[in-house]
Amino acid sequence: MTTLKPQPTYELTKEDKRFVGLHLVVAIFALSVGSLFGPLQAFEWAGFDLYQYLEPIGLDDYYKGLTAHGVLNALVWTTFFITGFLTLTTIVGLRRPLRYPKLNQLGFWMMVVGLVMAAIPILAGWASVLYTFYPPLEASWSFYLGLTLVVVGSWIEGYGFFFTFIAWRKENPDVRTPFIAFGGLITMAMWQVATLGIAVEILTMLLPYSLGLTGGTDPELGRTFFWFTGHPLVYFWLLPAYISWYAMLPKQAGGKMFSDSLARLAFWLFLLLSIPVGFHHQFVDPGIPTGWKAIHASLTYGVAFPSMLTLFTVVASLEYAASRRGGKGLFGWIRALPWGDPSVSAQLLAGILFMFGGIGGITNASYNVNLVIHNTAWIPGHFHLTVATAVTLSFMGISYWLVPHLTGKPLWKPKWALVQTWLWFVGMIIFSNAMHVLGLLGAPRRTALGTAPYVPDEWNGHLLRVSIGGAILLVSVIMYVVTMVRTAAQKERVAVGEEVQIPIAESLRDPQLTPLWLDTWKPWLIGTVLLIVLAYGPQLYEQISNASLSSPGFGP
Amino acid sequence: MSDQQLIPEEVPSFHADNYEKKWIAFSMVLLVAFAATVAIAGFALGFQIPGDESRVDPRTVAETLPWSEPGVRDLGGGEYDVYIISQQYLFTPREIRVPAGSTVNFYVTSIDVQHGFKLQDTNINMQIVPGQVSKLTAEFDDPGEYPYICHEYCGIAHAAMFGSLIVEAGGGS
Repeated sequence: MTTLKPQPTYELTKEDKRFVGLHLVVAIFALSVGSLFGPLQAFEWAGFDLYQYLEPIGLDDYYKGLTAHGVLNALVWTTFFITGFLTLTTIVGLRRPLRYPKLNQLGFWMMVVGLVMAAIPILAGWASVLYTFYPPLEASWSFYLGLTLVVVGSWIEGYGFFFTFIAWRKENPDVRTPFIAFGGLITMAMWQVATLGIAVEILTMLLPYSLGLTGGTDPELGRTFFWFTGHPLVYFWLLPAYISWYAMLPKQAGGKMFSDSLARLAFWLFLLLSIPVGFHHQFVDPGIPTGWKAIHASLTYGVAFPSMLTLFTVVASLEYAASRRGGKGLFGWIRALPWGDPSVSAQLLAGILFMFGGIGGITNASYNVNLVIHNTAWIPGHFHLTVATAVTLSFMGISYWLVPHLTGKPLWKPKWALVQTWLWFVGMIIFSNAMHVLGLLGAPRRTALGTAPYVPDEWNGHLLRVSIGGAILLVSVIMYVVTMVRTAAQKERVAVGEEVQIPIAESLRDPQLTPLWLDTWKPWLIGTVLLIVLAYGPQLYEQISNASLSSPGFGP
Repeated sequence: MSDQQLIPEEVPSFHADNYEKKWIAFSMVLLVAFAATVAIAGFALGFQIPGDESRVDPRTVAETLPWSEPGVRDLGGGEYDVYIISQQYLFTPREIRVPAGSTVNFYVTSIDVQHGFKLQDTNINMQIVPGQVSKLTAEFDDPGEYPYICHEYCGIAHAAMFGSLIVEAGGGS
């Protein structure tokens, strides 16, 4: 029996738990299938082409595997985990049920239908276009329609959160929005605006030409639409992990959130700045003047700023937690953190690797420096530190308390889970470092290098390291999936009163003392739209008014 | 945490710790310095990236000059234009020769899907998009063979797509 400070909580109902749990089932299933393809690519690079042995089950092609890996891991695992997790942060944060649960269920099932519609053509080999699906490399219409349904389904779940928030606001007019709900709502608002890019790309160009209604596409315009969504997609992945780092991890470590004001400011800046930066993915594209690219490069430095705020606040919160546990010294406090808790360890290790991901990200954003690494192995090396570690390893860590909370069952073999987090960390260091080095040496990304005629000898050692890192990551992901399945499938239940709680950190300073402008939507939304119009408007107008759908589709 | 927190505060206000303020200032200076460095390198020292060159019709470009005769054009004075067509899964021409000491303008387009053009050991790195012409310029002082590889996935045999720029010593052809 613990005596808690008066911190009212909302207990998830059985239906809530089932609904959030359904998201996790799909997410973890996608991760477990998608992750099997990753090592196949890594092994191919080192000269062990296992795809040739998989021909009897229809997985004969490196690029089919690469498409499945990208779509299932980067799009499906993330989107389903995020919508499930944000359902929880919305209702637990606001301490009220969803306003229209049926609406959220509609969104969820629409995403499931979309997933099936996209997965079938991928596995059949009718959509080996990778997860960026650049036209005029043409996929089956079912792939594009499936992706559209996933996106629209996530919009609908977002509407459900907004209606819930509006209802809460009416009941609580003068209360600061509880942080975990606040962060989730901003993430979803940003997502609604950001995904307009691929929605327009798919509905105006890709679906019509894949159905044979138009003769072709304008590929450069397609790229501009895609990257309108493509960069904020990164923040859609990242912000839910930030919610946990800011407002949950400190509680798990025994501390509080260091700065409520700064945390909220960081989230508003992400809303404001994560969209008008897409041209930094198109630095080497034709058809876009260098001036616009330079403007987006500057804004990209701008969006690095709230990540630097995050670094400070998260580290300060952890240092505060560690000092309460008796940790001392400039760095000595780090050892006082509860490293034995796999959920904490996963998120701390994710955060450490994310620092390197951030540094690499600034390199990518650096206009002409980007010439050295654009479209090289450096890029997947980079985003395996960000989406595949900062995000994925954090989500794994979150699920180490979330699944026990949802099922009422104890985590199966916590020590095993702890080993899993460290294997991910070590495997990713080996994999990612080798990828970065290969990129600097000029190795192209998304290429079956095992068959490429131009590979010089000096790449070989690094290609081997890629496959060693990939093998370790494969072991780690299998351990994760087994832990999750065994946790949910076991008969043992935790004793009454011992249930795993949702960790929510208090703020050091009463959130009611955070100024109102940090809890007011209107000016930030207006600013977001205005900045997008300024940073994208003229060039987008130029490309749309000169659009020519003259590029016919070709199969991969 | 500052001592000020001991004074009861009732009015909402923006609050940042002193260390936090220093970190904010440091972050801003760092990011502005990065931006300035890149801007100077790009716009004063000429380390430039591809821009808006020109548009073509991908269905007919291969039959129209100069693309109907891809390859090297000697502009005189050590300057060369090179026109390269990319398609699944080859570059035309597959081999280019220029003498050492030349300045070479690369013009590349595609007649089918998107491709990439990365000239190893140089700053030439371009996305090749049907309907668009990509252009970058480089100087070649050192003789040797520079592979140019397709670094954008373009289909099943993408890994086989490459060509060679040969920089010849001593005056060349």
